[in-house]
Amino acid sequence: MAALRFLLNGQRVVEDSASPTMTVLDYLRGVRRLTGAKEGCAEGDCGACTIAVAWPHGGARYRAVNSCLMLLPQIDGAAVLTVEGLAAPDGALHPVQQALVETDGTQCGFCTPGFVMAMLAFRQGGETADDAAIHDALAGNLCRCTGYRPIVDACKRAAAAPDPLAARAAEDLARLSDVPPGIGYTRHGRSFYAPRSIDDLHQLLRQNPEAPLLGGGTDLGLLASKERRGPPVVISTQSVPELKRILRGPDVQTFGGAVTYAEALPCLDSDFPSFAALVRRIGSRQIRNLGTLAGNIATASPIGDTLPCLIALGASVVLRSAEGTRRLEVESFITGYRKTDLRPGEFIDAIEIPRLGNGQRFVAYKLSKRFDQDISAVIAAFRLELDRGRLAEFRAAFGGMAATPRRASALEAALTGRMWRRESLVDVDALVARDFQPIDDVRATAAYRLRAAANLVRRLQLETGAGPAPAGLDAL
Amino acid sequence: MTAAPAHRIKGGVQSPVRHESAIGHVTGSALYLDDVPTVPGTLEAALVLSPHAHARIASVDFARALAAPGVRAAIAAGDIPGRNDIAPILKGEPALADGVAEYVGHPVAAIAADTLDQARAAAKRVEIAYEVLPPVLTIEEALERGLLVAPEQKIERGDVGPALDAAPLRLAGEARCGGQDHFYLEGQIALAVPGEERDMQVFSSTQHPTEVQHGVAHLLGLPFNAVTVDVRRMGGAFGGKESQATIIAGIAALLAWKTRRPVKLRLARDDDMQATGKRHPFLIRYEVGFDPEGRIQALDMLYAANAGNVADLSPAVIARALCHADNCYFLPNVRLRGLACKTNTVSNTAFRGFGGPQGMFGIEAVIDAVARHLRLPLETVRQRNFYGIGRNDTTPYGMKVEDNIIERVMAELDGAVDLARWRSEIDAFNRANPVVKKGLATMPVKFGISFNLTTLNQAGALVHVYTDGSVHLNHGGTEMGQGLFVKIAQVVAEAFQIDVEHVRVSATSTGKVPNTSATAASSGTDMNGMAALDAAGRIKARMAEVAAAHFGVPAGEIVFADNRVFAGNKSLAFAELAEMCWRRRVSLSSTGYYRTPKIHWDGQAGKGRPFYYFVYGAAACEVAIDTLTGEMRTLRAELVQDCGRSINPAIDLGQTEGAFVQGLGWLTTEELWWDRAGRLGTHGPSTYKIPGSRDVPPVFNVRLLPDAPNREDTVFRSKAIGEPPLMLAIAVWLAARDAVASLGDHRLAPKLDAPMTPERILAAVDDMKARSA
Ligand SMILES: Cc1cc2nc3c(=O)[nH]c(=O)nc-3n(C[C@H](O)[C@H](O)[C@H](O)COP(=O)(O)OP(=O)(O)OC[C@H]3O[C@@H](n4cnc5c(N)ncnc54)[C@H](O)[C@@H]3O)c2cc1C
Ligand code: FES
Ligand code: FES
Repeated sequence: MAALRFLLNGQRVVEDSASPTMTVLDYLRGVRRLTGAKEGCAEGDCGACTIAVAWPHGGARYRAVNSCLMLLPQIDGAAVLTVEGLAAPDGALHPVQQALVETDGTQCGFCTPGFVMAMLAFRQGGETADDAAIHDALAGNLCRCTGYRPIVDACKRAAAAPDPLAARAAEDLARLSDVPPGIGYTRHGRSFYAPRSIDDLHQLLRQNPEAPLLGGGTDLGLLASKERRGPPVVISTQSVPELKRILRGPDVQTFGGAVTYAEALPCLDSDFPSFAALVRRIGSRQIRNLGTLAGNIATASPIGDTLPCLIALGASVVLRSAEGTRRLEVESFITGYRKTDLRPGEFIDAIEIPRLGNGQRFVAYKLSKRFDQDISAVIAAFRLELDRGRLAEFRAAFGGMAATPRRASALEAALTGRMWRRESLVDVDALVARDFQPIDDVRATAAYRLRAAANLVRRLQLETGAGPAPAGLDAL
Repeated sequence: MTAAPAHRIKGGVQSPVRHESAIGHVTGSALYLDDVPTVPGTLEAALVLSPHAHARIASVDFARALAAPGVRAAIAAGDIPGRNDIAPILKGEPALADGVAEYVGHPVAAIAADTLDQARAAAKRVEIAYEVLPPVLTIEEALERGLLVAPEQKIERGDVGPALDAAPLRLAGEARCGGQDHFYLEGQIALAVPGEERDMQVFSSTQHPTEVQHGVAHLLGLPFNAVTVDVRRMGGAFGGKESQATIIAGIAALLAWKTRRPVKLRLARDDDMQATGKRHPFLIRYEVGFDPEGRIQALDMLYAANAGNVADLSPAVIARALCHADNCYFLPNVRLRGLACKTNTVSNTAFRGFGGPQGMFGIEAVIDAVARHLRLPLETVRQRNFYGIGRNDTTPYGMKVEDNIIERVMAELDGAVDLARWRSEIDAFNRANPVVKKGLATMPVKFGISFNLTTLNQAGALVHVYTDGSVHLNHGGTEMGQGLFVKIAQVVAEAFQIDVEHVRVSATSTGKVPNTSATAASSGTDMNGMAALDAAGRIKARMAEVAAAHFGVPAGEIVFADNRVFAGNKSLAFAELAEMCWRRRVSLSSTGYYRTPKIHWDGQAGKGRPFYYFVYGAAACEVAIDTLTGEMRTLRAELVQDCGRSINPAIDLGQTEGAFVQGLGWLTTEELWWDRAGRLGTHGPSTYKIPGSRDVPPVFNVRLLPDAPNREDTVFRSKAIGEPPLMLAIAVWLAARDAVASLGDHRLAPKLDAPMTPERILAAVDDMKARSA
């Protein structure tokens, strides 16, 4: 890229000097002097830095993202709206702004610009503004003053008014259509590459063997945002069309290595509703609009939420390099604490999830201190098949229980073949304890993890065994 | 007599005027300190924090840091020209650790550099040699070793020992509540700008500009008049920017002094959460003697707070905790002891409620235990212990409760929600559901208003009327989102009888109103409102004289109304009169002053009338817990809140909702977690979980108590609102206990402390199942 080109509140910007590892938030506040977006945490959790971005490949709508986590070149070729760009030229407030004023939805106001942008993105999605959808849309924004009631009310109120910016994303993207896509931006000895094809990606990986791939940057971006040291060279996967593929085949679902959570969700919803529900608890919309499945897998965190699910589902990664392609089960791809079998020059080309056979069921649970936007203390994922009341097949994978997410082999072996009823579960605490020796940390003690993991098997039995399932919290 | 119209001005008192910055908030144009452009040459600063909970600082070597690009200055305790002491109450609390580092996160040194990244990078290059010492990390350890940051406090009435012995029934127990990070969305920040000669101008995100002024002056060895502190608005504070802001401003000022350049210090969230104080965790032990009806005859309680490494505001927090250990109950024989335990953790500080929440948490644990022991409804036991009217109405500290409306408040709540029916629905649900259990509980609140320390109960204001009739208002209070500015503007608008849009409140400044108290203790509107009213009244009297002369009537017949000034059926626009005053050389500016009447407090004896009045409230909450995982949801909250005759019902509603949700967070998801070395593991929002929108009860109704003017002569008979509703959230804790108790047929008291993480709830569930099996 000779320079970065994007639209900022409808104005064309050609950025030629900023560092490629500067965050979008620092750029807006420091270089552009647009100080509406705030830094509340620099780790993607508070939402004060929320802005809205429309990407050429992302459908013509503005989506909420955390500007604190994004590297500036991630908005190359995109259209960006900040809180300063919402009011009409005559100063008339956008309905989401107006609604927040009318419901007394601001107190100290520091969180407000972020809420305004999350609400705008919600409005652009055109969803029904019921409580569940609103909480989903606001899960990435913290307010310490208001207690949220007036903000939730404002979402409802704003939904009733037409969105003056409804057509704006399409218009803005059309105005960018003449912008030639760049593939590299190098300044101050740092480079950001956005290859446009698999071949370019191979070549860049060969030339920059140390450079990390960047999916959404929701893990990597923390380096720039919090540690204040972005890697000298990064290679983004987001502009490789092939890596954006989503295929729903008869036997497997395939998600390309650059597919974001938000992009994957509709497809997950249809085949793995329990997995989809869990994915909706990963971070927030801001995070899910950026973060990718491949990024979650490659990070190989013991508390990566998708991993136990993918393991229980028997999913594989397709690993690709200039030399060729190989397939590995996710289970074997994760080799240790934050370690994978990814080889130099290789990338995750796709994730393949076998669809459920007749009679197979998949259920996943996440336990955390807060329901939304929290890292799990324990994740449990199960695939099971019943045959005349007996567990014919049982795969159980847990996260938060060991250095890596992995299967519970003693539990699986013992339960497979048993009648699937409450009385069959008397030894589940002991079995779980045989499989895992978890640790105490900020999220939970080892004792809780063991007890809760065993109880999640009990919950599974109650929900999938014979007889009516007792009401769970989510039903209330 | 007069023709003053019945027409009301816009935005007078009692009207729901919007926050004055609402438009600025939603458009992003309201400026916070970090948004304000700085002059070229302004430096950015970063702190060097101790990685050890307890260590002797053997040496500090800046050579490598100073050699880093862009670095302009580095300072440690030895570089302080004045006195390294910013203690708000006691003495000897350094801004930069001197000789010993006493907690992980203790600021030891600071760097100023051209850019923030350079400063933060250089901070990592400072080489400090530590000799690690053994730390004391828990309240228990400190109690065992007798380590305190301040002397024990005691409030006592009667002879508790014999009274306990004489009581027919007796129980002992323990309860714990955790700390809480303020998590103001805007982190701590200050900008220090050196001026001519020795002047230092400090822009600080502080609730207490005067304390920042004093702290900076001490550190730099300057008289107070050389330091001016300004604050326009904070992005939240909640007590966290009372004494803690002084550390940040002080260090910025030291660096500015050294470099003679403006220096901005803005903490990264992790540094903020590690370096600055929080709500005090408490360990509470009690022994209670009562009769078979549940009437408390004797109560002996110990409130042990984790004060952290220094006293800071802890003595005052403990005093308030002890003064709220009665909540709404008459305790005939009582001994309340408060200990501020010294540990090698961050020094805990003011946080909305200021000990009150912990004080009430303790007594509610007692009432809960008594009620379960007797198998009586909580409400019944409470009702039998409520302060009476004309009898049983004296608090343990000797203050008569003259304005008791708790029974009325509880009745309003019951009338609105039908508790009996609600209870039977909960019981029916529990009978039908094996895994999820519901709980229901109420909570009455009586919260004392005024700073315990009588001296602090004073305030000043400055009002100017300009010749176009517009009014400039300044007062000692600070705006942190609580709507103080708009309320005081309403008060002044009401006084002059002009529309509130003609009143402009300007940034708080020690140069305009001196010697102020912190905007704290919910007292902002009470005190600054009265001071502003005083100032406005003085100007009004002068204006009335001029109007009287003009119309040829006695001044007593002049009436201000509807943006005009009337004498019978003749009138002048307010602006015309202002112009006339100026022409006649009559001053249109005045200071105002207020001191809260009736109050006195003897901390030594634990006796007095520390509070001008009480604020009341009540809540009923329903929760559901999952007995397999310990997950919990708050399903419903019904609140009744007394705010006297509200100056601004919209603001008071917002304060009530916000405080309740903050209290909910304190008791549920907000867990502070330290490892064995004293390192805080929860130092960012990724690990420290304040409530999100989904955590707010889906049914959440707040009623402001109608027709309840303050008995005392407060500003337009309003009451303070900032803190009291926070304690209504204790109902959520009690409701969760109720849910757990349902597993044992409500016979046994659950072992459930706060915060009620899934882990604590599951442990309580398993314990209850085991004990009741
Ligand atoms: C606020 C916040 C909340 C979060 N909440 C959760 C949560 O609830 N649950 C959870 O599991 N995670 C959570 N995360 C972590 C993170 O969002 C996920 O791990 C995410 O999936 C990472 O994807 P990404 O595309 O953003 O990764 P990036 O940051 O772009 O990359 C992460 C790693 O993956 C590598 N990588 C990316 N794409 C490829 C590829 N195609 N081939 C090979 N390697 C690749 C990168 O090189 C890097 O090492 C959260 C993060 C934040 C900031
Ligand atoms: S600053 Fe908190 S999410 Fe970006
Ligand atoms: S209004 Fe203060 S954080 Fe939301």
